[in-house]
Amino acid sequence: MRISVRVNGDEASGDVEPRLLLVHYLRQTLGLTGTHWGCDTSNCGACTVLLDGVPVKSCTVLAVMADGHAVTTVEGLATSDGLDPVQEGFMQEHGLQCGFCTPGMMLTARALLDRDPDPDEATIREAISGNLCRCTGYENIVRAIRWAAGHPAAEVAKEASL
Amino acid sequence: MQVPAPFEYARASTVDEAIELLGRHGAGARLVAGGHSLLPMMKLRLARPDALVDINGLSDLDYIRVDGDEIAIGAMTRHAGVLGSAVLAEHYRIFAEAERVIADPIVRNRGTVGGSLCQADPAEDLSAVFAALRGTAVVRSASGSRTVALREFHTGPYETVVGEGEILVEVRVPIRTHLGSAYEKVERRAGDWAIAAAGAFVQLDDAGAVRDVGLGLAAVGAEHYTCEEAEDLLRGRPLSDEAIAEAAALCAQRCQPQADQRGPVDYKRHLVGVLVGRALRRSAGRARGEEV
Repeated sequence: MRISVRVNGDEASGDVEPRLLLVHYLRQTLGLTGTHWGCDTSNCGACTVLLDGVPVKSCTVLAVMADGHAVTTVEGLATSDGLDPVQEGFMQEHGLQCGFCTPGMMLTARALLDRDPDPDEATIREAISGNLCRCTGYENIVRAIRWAAGHPAAEVAKEASL
Repeated sequence: MQVPAPFEYARASTVDEAIELLGRHGAGARLVAGGHSLLPMMKLRLARPDALVDINGLSDLDYIRVDGDEIAIGAMTRHAGVLGSAVLAEHYRIFAEAERVIADPIVRNRGTVGGSLCQADPAEDLSAVFAALRGTAVVRSASGSRTVALREFHTGPYETVVGEGEILVEVRVPIRTHLGSAYEKVERRAGDWAIAAAGAFVQLDDAGAVRDVGLGLAAVGAEHYTCEEAEDLLRGRPLSDEAIAEAAALCAQRCQPQADQRGPVDYKRHLVGVLVGRALRRSAGRARGEEV
């Protein structure tokens, strides 16, 4: 079946089998391996991407379901102005160790901040409760997202250019 | 790598088109909404439909609104929509309490009310909620609409009254006054299916007696996700500790939980008694205007 998906702002189109999962379409067909393939059962959240701006677990979405929609992966977070504040926050606050959960964490965080630019710790913990991290104990991830909330995009870009 | 077996895929943009596509693809066709139950089952070959009719485009079935003396919930309403609904928060706290413990926020962005009810998992929290509230389901086919009481909707584990060529389009819940409602669930870890769960609404009259009551039970083999004998026992009586204890014990006795990796039968029965008691107490407190 022919599908056309807007991935990180670019139109991607091609023939896919209906049973192809979105995570494999992104990783194997498009080569965007930043989306991690984890538990395959919609538990771990490593495969989280944004579908029309909303976090979804791409192991449990068919590629054909994304036809005509917009997908944002971790590769789409940074812009020509530099890193997304969420990415910068994960660097500043050591929000990762092995990095496996990080792309999904960051996309969930981005969607949270788009909805709620100044979330408290409880709100952050609730928002990322579908993204499992087995390294950090979440402390630094929560700090990283708080850092991003305190440094909106314009500020991060300004610091990067200094 | 888990991948479903091959199937044909078609997208519907209206309810009529979905019904037509179901008819065209025959008995092996299934509707897919959020897909967070069906796709995992297809990966495991527990389900193997020949064709999927994707109804994610039916955004006109994504609504929660007051309609006369009922609240109407469209079948394509996502769990996140139920959790965030001001209408439901005003009338029935049970919805937000149940939704907060269904899976996780990302899954709730995708899973739908209609999909959850039609999946008919014996542990489905929303099935218990709608059973407690004595909701009704609106089912459409090419020949028209029919209304089914939610308590008659499920015919067994993973089975419903929705037949070939039919689609659940709406769920309706009566609006009640002088009411409180609550949901209690025990799970092994955050976001898991319940070991046992109980929901309730309580309506009190001016003298403080139970004018009406509804109970919902998930994951414990309760017939129609409820226990009508316990409801009958409470109706018309003051909601005393003794009355609550009797009703809770009756629920624990009448349900038929299975021993599984979530726990043995006696533990689940014990939980039912405790959770029914808590749900009734908090519902009654809310009906009296207390903050519980």
